[in-house]
Amino acid sequence: MNVGRIGGLLSRHLYLYQRSVARLLEIFYWPFLDLVVWGFITIYLEKQGNSLHGAVTFFLGALILWDVLFRAQQGIALSFLEEMWARNLMNLFASPLTVGEYLVATMVMSILKVMAVGGLMMVFALLVYSYDIFAIGLTLIPFILNLILSGWIIGVLTTSIIMRFGQQAEVLAWGMVFLFQPISCVFYPLEVLPSVLQEVAWMVPPAHIFEGMRQVLLNDEFPGLHLMWATGLNAVYLVGMVLWFYHTFKICKERGMLVRVGE
Amino acid sequence: MSQPVVEVHNLTKRFDSFCAVDDISFEMQPGEILGVLGPNGAGKTTTIHMLLGLITPTAGSIRMFGMDLATHRETILRDVNFSSTYISMPFSLTVEENLKVIARLYSLSNIPSKIDAIIEQLDMQEIRKKLTRKLSSGQMSRLTLAKAMMTEPKVLLLDEPTASLDPDITNKIKSVLKEYRESKNLSILYTSHNMREMEEMSDRIIFLQRGKIVAEGTAQDIVSRSGEKDLEDVFLKIAREGRESL
Repeated sequence: MNVGRIGGLLSRHLYLYQRSVARLLEIFYWPFLDLVVWGFITIYLEKQGNSLHGAVTFFLGALILWDVLFRAQQGIALSFLEEMWARNLMNLFASPLTVGEYLVATMVMSILKVMAVGGLMMVFALLVYSYDIFAIGLTLIPFILNLILSGWIIGVLTTSIIMRFGQQAEVLAWGMVFLFQPISCVFYPLEVLPSVLQEVAWMVPPAHIFEGMRQVLLNDEFPGLHLMWATGLNAVYLVGMVLWFYHTFKICKERGMLVRVGE
Repeated sequence: MSQPVVEVHNLTKRFDSFCAVDDISFEMQPGEILGVLGPNGAGKTTTIHMLLGLITPTAGSIRMFGMDLATHRETILRDVNFSSTYISMPFSLTVEENLKVIARLYSLSNIPSKIDAIIEQLDMQEIRKKLTRKLSSGQMSRLTLAKAMMTEPKVLLLDEPTASLDPDITNKIKSVLKEYRESKNLSILYTSHNMREMEEMSDRIIFLQRGKIVAEGTAQDIVSRSGEKDLEDVFLKIAREGRESL
């Protein structure tokens, strides 16, 4: 693993964001808008005397954490799309850059995105809604780390599908993560799902994170079991997904797709 | 004779039932310029892609600097680079930024001085700070050549590198390539549809037709063996008559 090459690929993306208003909007505009809309919804719910105590805490906390997952996934999938749009994959993969270094660079990129978006949302929520996500306490840290891992897993899955099927699959960079939203139980407890879906949801690491978040907020309990499950599942899925990415990359090289992707 | 820098043995690439490259073998010596000629679809670009490790061969082997590309990809590619009319570079970066990124991907030392040198050699001072999306096709070709030559490869693969350049820049680039070959013992695999350029640049030529090598030798040898008056007529004969050998 060559740190210089990882830094080189990372610098390519940082140059891009430096001067692209559209890409900066992607990072700041949508999260800001999400927060405004969900903030008003929660205020409305509270004014209606909703029985759910602390609706703001639930919804805004969930929204900020969901965005961590979403941005972590996009950090990986959009980085690949950028290379595809710029027809730069040949330059990258004809260089000594390895597949592992490529993945690590996109993972670092996703952490930078999460820090930018998450930081902005936390500050905005604090200023406008007096909502401090750190009220969740220290468990916030493993929550965020696990959501980043889940974002990477979905991001690597999305990237391998785009690499395999080309531009026709690029919409997945934005849509794939929402396939997991209903069973991640972001805004509602897992118990509201039909029993079949509940079984599925237990196998989805973000569902454990959001359940854990509610456990902290409602009962002030440390969600040890949920964190253990989330971490274990993430570790297994991440290893599996990286192996799957290597396999897809090999197939794409055999079929000559790497030099055609984006055409 | 010294150890070949490139050894290709029985290289074959099939895409389903289509055979793009059919059991070809050739070698390249240090400092040699090998011209690869052939009509569109003859297998030139697929061969280059396999030499870059971007396409996995169906059969056969590629060795560079005495190592197998399949098992020593990372080490080999430090000393190999390529340029093509058909590739691009990230549009939203300036020329200089693109060169910096490439320099880091190849772990170059003294990056600023290497960028200065290649920009001067290829007359790119005026476009140094220009966004890549604003480059003309000729300027883009110069950028992709610059990124390839800046890394000081031992083997350079050039797929129609002068196709969109004006005669002045073409001459400049040809003389820079020859100078690099002399001073750094650079081996170049060169494809072009310009026969005069091929004759001028290549020490040896291989002719590809439907994925097979149908002729091999110096330009003069090939012309005299074919009974044609020049390389262009040989090309037309092979391309139109679908000859499988001369």
